[in-house]
Amino acid sequence: MIANAFFIAVREIGRNLTRAFLTVLGIFIGVAAIITMVTLGQGATLAVKAQISNLGNNLLTLRPGAGFGSRTSSAGVPHFTEKDATAIGEQIAGIAAAAPVRTASLSTIYLQNARLSAITGTTPAYFQINKWKTAEGRTFNDADLRSGAAVCVIGNTVRKELFGHDNPIGARIRIGKASCEVIGLLIAKGQAGMGDQDDTIIMPLSTLQRRLIGKISAHDINQISISAQDSVDSGALISEITLLMRQRRNLQRNQDNNFNIFDTRQIAETLGATTQLMTMLLAAVAGVSLLVGGIGIMNIMLVSVTERTREIGIRLAIGATGNEVLLQFLVEAVTLSCVGGILGILLALGLCAGLASIIQVPFNFNVQINVIAFLFAAAVGVVFGYTPARRAARLNPIDALRHE
Amino acid sequence: MKATGPAALIELHGLTKTYGVGEAAFEALKGIDLTIQAGEFVAIMGPSGSGKSTLMNILGCLDTPTAGTYHYQGIPVEALNTDERSLLRRYALGFVFQGFNLLARTSSLDNVELPLLYRGVTRKDRHERAVAALTSVGLPTKLRSTPAELSGGQQQRVAIARAIVTEPSTLFADEPTGNLDSITTGEVMELLTRLNQDRGITVLVVTHDDHVATFARRTILIKDGRIESDVVRSAPKLIS
Repeated sequence: MIANAFFIAVREIGRNLTRAFLTVLGIFIGVAAIITMVTLGQGATLAVKAQISNLGNNLLTLRPGAGFGSRTSSAGVPHFTEKDATAIGEQIAGIAAAAPVRTASLSTIYLQNARLSAITGTTPAYFQINKWKTAEGRTFNDADLRSGAAVCVIGNTVRKELFGHDNPIGARIRIGKASCEVIGLLIAKGQAGMGDQDDTIIMPLSTLQRRLIGKISAHDINQISISAQDSVDSGALISEITLLMRQRRNLQRNQDNNFNIFDTRQIAETLGATTQLMTMLLAAVAGVSLLVGGIGIMNIMLVSVTERTREIGIRLAIGATGNEVLLQFLVEAVTLSCVGGILGILLALGLCAGLASIIQVPFNFNVQINVIAFLFAAAVGVVFGYTPARRAARLNPIDALRHE
Repeated sequence: MKATGPAALIELHGLTKTYGVGEAAFEALKGIDLTIQAGEFVAIMGPSGSGKSTLMNILGCLDTPTAGTYHYQGIPVEALNTDERSLLRRYALGFVFQGFNLLARTSSLDNVELPLLYRGVTRKDRHERAVAALTSVGLPTKLRSTPAELSGGQQQRVAIARAIVTEPSTLFADEPTGNLDSITTGEVMELLTRLNQDRGITVLVVTHDDHVATFARRTILIKDGRIESDVVRSAPKLIS
């Protein structure tokens, strides 16, 4: 009986290819849309999270000025001293390391190639705090820092622009008015929210101060990079650092902070939540398209209900039982829904693979959304394909035959 | 399934059919008593609205009576459930309708094979028997044609082939010539007569056309839901 119903159903689909095509199309588009949008949305979420974790774990950055969106600008606000960094590292529990950072923008020259590069002068702890690792060569050490050695470590963008295909390790580049040996090449991190992280040259703070720009005042540190120990609450750390810095900067009770602390973990959580929200929004849009597809299927089924009711009447009149007719309709609906669903999944995979490389997000195949979209589409097809048939199969054959 | 034992093929007692309820109720059949023996060729006549089609549909198990008893070959039909009535239609009854009721976009061959499919006949048997049935109604060259490609008379002959391919004991025809011209009407009626005479199939034809009724040996006239007259002619029309 099942084989028979399958045979009849498949033949009936073949006789009404337009109807079959429109039914499949509704499911196909709905499934493809929902899978594509959710997959790409999740890819984007992953990409954002990966970039943020590249910035460094539990990374706090202390900067002068009241911070983003505040009325008081950072202009005229005193910078930090090297001793501030040391004090934070020594006096606050739960700090893994703190590195003073002095930045400058200087012209760099290697042979015929010249460009303006962002120079960072700091201590060796900076590499560990910011999760920088070398692809080749080494980072500078405490001895280099003490002696003010003319050495530097370059990012991948600087290597590409200055050296092209040449090996940079051991080469000397001119930075500002001094010559400097490249001792290390950093592993590329890629683009982050705040620009190209790989466009950087890192050197000992003492070298930058003594050889390149000179030490104007003790307050020449632009920012302090701080990493917290694992499993330390960054909120508590931030208030301790704030307290310490207020003391060190002699701020009175009625004075606002003239520095701010930037917490990557918070940013990561905020951005992660935002992209997750975007994914849900996309999924909702895709859900609507699946619903529209379902309504399309329902329309086709309702339009053809007169013809199909007569068909059911004929089948009943020549001796089919109600259940045999229903089984046929069920097989038809399931077959069309599955074909539409599978085609939708295939299109979605193609679209995701293509679009993921175009908009540069990782292609993250999500089994769950594929299964959900497929089941939902199948349910829509079966409910709308089967329900009208159920009503017709319960009629007396003569009423089904006379259906107008 | 030929009639065995003493029971008549069809036996009705006090059969009524009421449509609607309460004030709006309409009694289409008001107590029909009727006996039809196997092998008869019966015409059921009457003006429109007399209840003749209703009677035919109940006899053919396409509709259910409101009250009264109906025995088909001794089986109490009113006691059967929906599926059992389906099986009775499948194994014993054949239908020809005024509107043909063929499946659209479906070849003559597939239309005729359909009742065999529900009987579980094998593919090869189905094909052979359908071809034979279509040949016997004079359409051996129209096996692949769909209803849209056939004339009214040809469609009705496909419908007859579909009705007889299962070798039913009774063939019900509701205004089988209602949509046909006089020449095709003659052809279709001769076909039914031949099935009755050569194969012994009991044929019941509902019609309002006196000419069609002359092919039958027995004519039952229905008026206002009651049998007005029931005449058996001594000399049935013979096909030469």
